[in-house]
Amino acid sequence: MPALWRSTFVLVMVLLAISRPSLASEATGNGTEHTITTLPIVIWKWEEIHFPYLVALWVLVSWLCKLVFQLNPCLTRVIPESGLLICIGWVLGGIIYGADKVQTFRLQPFTFFFYLLPQIVLDAGYSMPNKLFFGNLGAILVYAVIGTCWNAATLGLALWGCWLGGAMGNIDTGLLQLLLFGSLIAAVDPVAVIAVFEEVHVNEVLYILVFGESLLNDGVTVVLFNVFDAFVSLGGAQIDAVEIIKGIISFFVVAVGGSLVGVVFALLISLLTRCTKNIQIIEPGFIFVLGYLSYLTAEMLSLSAILSCTFCGVCCQKYINANMDERSVSTVRSTMKVFANGSETIIFVFLGISAIDPSIWVWNTAFILLTLLFIFVFRFIGVFLLTWILNQYRLVPLDFIDQLVMGYGGLRGAVAYGLVLLLDENKYKEKKLMISTTLIVVYFTVMLQGITMKPLVTWLKVKRAAVSERTLAEKIQNRTFDHMLVAIEDISGQIGDNYMRDKWNNFEEKWLYWLLMTPIARKSCDPIFNIFHKLNIKDATSYVKEGERRGSLAFVRNENKADVDFNKKFGCIDFMTRSSKDENIFFLRDSVPSVCLDMHEQDLKMRESEDFDAHHLLQQHLYKGRKQHRHRYSRKQLEVNKDEHEVQEIFQRTMRSRLESFKSAKMGVAPPKKISKHLKKDQPQKMPNGKSTDNSKSHAYGDEDFEFSEGDSASGYEAAGGSFPMRAYRGAGIVNPAFMAEMDTMDPMPPMQQIPSWLAETEVDSSNMVPSQRAQLRLPWTPSNLRRLAPLCLSTHSNDSFLLADSPATQEGISELPPPPPPQDGQGQGTHK
Amino acid sequence: MGSTNSTLSKIPNVEELMQETGFTPAHIVRLYDRFEALDKEKTGHLRPQDFGAINRLAMNPIGDRIIGAFFSPGQETVDFHSFVRILAHFRPADKKRPKDPSMPEPVNSRTSKLKYPPLVFSLISVAFQLYDQDKDGKISRAELLQVLRSMLEMQVTEEQLESIADRTIQEADLDKDDAISFEEFRKSLEKVNIDHKMSIRFLR
Repeated sequence: MPALWRSTFVLVMVLLAISRPSLASEATGNGTEHTITTLPIVIWKWEEIHFPYLVALWVLVSWLCKLVFQLNPCLTRVIPESGLLICIGWVLGGIIYGADKVQTFRLQPFTFFFYLLPQIVLDAGYSMPNKLFFGNLGAILVYAVIGTCWNAATLGLALWGCWLGGAMGNIDTGLLQLLLFGSLIAAVDPVAVIAVFEEVHVNEVLYILVFGESLLNDGVTVVLFNVFDAFVSLGGAQIDAVEIIKGIISFFVVAVGGSLVGVVFALLISLLTRCTKNIQIIEPGFIFVLGYLSYLTAEMLSLSAILSCTFCGVCCQKYINANMDERSVSTVRSTMKVFANGSETIIFVFLGISAIDPSIWVWNTAFILLTLLFIFVFRFIGVFLLTWILNQYRLVPLDFIDQLVMGYGGLRGAVAYGLVLLLDENKYKEKKLMISTTLIVVYFTVMLQGITMKPLVTWLKVKRAAVSERTLAEKIQNRTFDHMLVAIEDISGQIGDNYMRDKWNNFEEKWLYWLLMTPIARKSCDPIFNIFHKLNIKDATSYVKEGERRGSLAFVRNENKADVDFNKKFGCIDFMTRSSKDENIFFLRDSVPSVCLDMHEQDLKMRESEDFDAHHLLQQHLYKGRKQHRHRYSRKQLEVNKDEHEVQEIFQRTMRSRLESFKSAKMGVAPPKKISKHLKKDQPQKMPNGKSTDNSKSHAYGDEDFEFSEGDSASGYEAAGGSFPMRAYRGAGIVNPAFMAEMDTMDPMPPMQQIPSWLAETEVDSSNMVPSQRAQLRLPWTPSNLRRLAPLCLSTHSNDSFLLADSPATQEGISELPPPPPPQDGQGQGTHK
Repeated sequence: MGSTNSTLSKIPNVEELMQETGFTPAHIVRLYDRFEALDKEKTGHLRPQDFGAINRLAMNPIGDRIIGAFFSPGQETVDFHSFVRILAHFRPADKKRPKDPSMPEPVNSRTSKLKYPPLVFSLISVAFQLYDQDKDGKISRAELLQVLRSMLEMQVTEEQLESIADRTIQEADLDKDDAISFEEFRKSLEKVNIDHKMSIRFLR
């Protein structure tokens, strides 16, 4: 709820400046009298509250517009949402104008820059896919800085040329003013661009380039604007080389200084969240307040506020997400989206409304058309030029089609409009013409280019993000290719980005984590702990879901576990969390958790779901190529980046397998049979982790855990006598009986069975305890840590029990196992404690 | 340029190699430096251990297999020429460098990636060899399982692995022999834009 309150509060603030002051004067007549003769029961207090009331009403209206569009998917499929919002703005503006005969509502620059823009920028920074962003930072900076300067300069000069040539008739302007106009309209607008590109789903590199560029060049364009504004004030005669050099210096100081302010605030936020443990309720508020302060501080110092806010978000996200409570993180995420998406909606609606006002329109065909043409042409030339230069250095060159889309994606938006409104009419005689031109440019790019973007992307066959892989073979193969590429790069010794990243990671782990993260957060950064935690939560969720579906959690006691189809539920839950993707929604509806007691029925259903399950499984669990992590930014959805424990896991596996082959090659015989107790106990953990051929059996254990704990099932294992010690454990207050059962009952297994077939090639001697060796390598932890990890197996089992239904043979195999010798169990228990 | 030439002169048959692979002299020199850096004992040959010393490869789930792809059957070492030839497969197709039209048929021209030239071993066959460890021209279920095992996270259970392997084979297996032959493998990848996926820009 705090989220909601905050959003209401801020949005009330938001429109303070939007609504008209004139209304107050109109309304004064019909209010309360100052002298009252009797006690009024109710009074009409419109003039006291009309201001916030109007603000809230406008917010409501804008959001309702969005709601209406989203109800018409066929409409939004053709026209991007931003375009539709502008259209509705026109309609609303028309209504107001029709009623008032004057446009009373208008987007004011102050409102825009101080109440609407910051949250958009902060959100963009906060949900920025960091790795991708910094990986492409060079290219982004080139586009944002050089590209924007190029756009501004070329447009200004070209317009100046045409003006000198007399193409525009008699307008009162000059080179500097035109350069200023060029600079304000040069920036690609993040709001418009994201609104369009998000719906198009282009590949991630293209996406981050366009997105990063549009975000950073806003900062650049504001700086340029200020520099040129100062030049205009100085007047043409006073500008000499010194002033120009000063201008260039100020450009860099403003941009870099703004970014630094952002970084400082990011550090502040991170430090602050270290100690907000006791005030979790307002914890998320700090992020917003400090983020906003970073914007205001930079503005106060006349540094680039947009850059400051962006970098604040980018830099703090990792640490605050680790520091804060999980609930606070999700509050921050969703509140951020509410703000950003909300103000984006308002901006577009008001861009439309502002247009319905004859007083701002000055038409000069030549000026407007030439501006449109030059913007379009120079954007393309700039993109091609810069990309050509960049491609000389890029590992993966941008191909021609990507460049086309980048050029075409040069949508202008509200920032340009906000800037043009800031112009001083006394200095700029043609301010109205500039406003109308800016509006036309915004409409043209957002509407026309926005609408044609999607067909263009389809037609040009631009590499899309995440092409759905239809066959498993393709999917596996794609991933293999990713890995191959990375490996080949490593072999051919291409260091550079990767090398620097390594260095940075080391530094970060050593110092920044220590400085900025709470000790607890540092621990949860540990990848293995993370998996453990996540799997446990997932398991618990599926467990509760299943229980609720059946009315109570009693099923755990009563049902025969082999029929509990956990896998389906697992899938289902996963869809819910990931239901952001359209195709999953379909499955979500389809796969209502169902527990099939009838084997045959289950088999039938399984066939249907199996294919999907397999795909899903691959999707979830295939290792990604190191550089191929997919990140997306979306203002509409929250996405959680998958954590990067993979690399470590792979590394450990590789080293282990190397060690094994090394050992077998070196010795040629089995290593000495030295089995310490706790090592032996490690075995069950890695077995279920996808390593051994007889995993099915261990799954059986895992699934039988529930029964064990209750001791009322007649499964083979229990008949074998395993249940007695289990009961003892439960009595001893072990929270998760599952893992205990598993750990200890696995011990008596003949070692032979535990050696995976693929290992058996190298390790001929059945009695050699390779697993313990592996365990040592994989998990260099103390036994207590190991114990924590154990439930990891449980969770995988439960996901998968449906497979068991197909293989009664394995179940029989279990019953033939020797009963666990009680003494060993007792010892096991002892060490566990 | 002087150092470039002096390095080039150290490599025998360098002209031929450049013709064959389409690498520029600068590329070759760079790769030669890399080769020498890997070749710690200065034997002029690389052994699997030399590749194994690359730290980052250990973070690659199929790193060891990729190392294996550098060694043709029966050979324990790889010399510079084969090293470059294999890397040449991953060079982007040549359309972006029109200044070298003299290259007759670079190893990685578009056609050779899509078709399967019997002698020059193409990208697909590199990929195929990653799976086909016993070099019998078929990916058996066991072989596929091995790859999957190393590519999937630890939490995936053996049954899941097996069911994935089975389904993958079912998808690709046209002649129902429970294994994927090279031809079937190639067919299953027809839709994938291998050229795009498998190109690396080699630094100069």
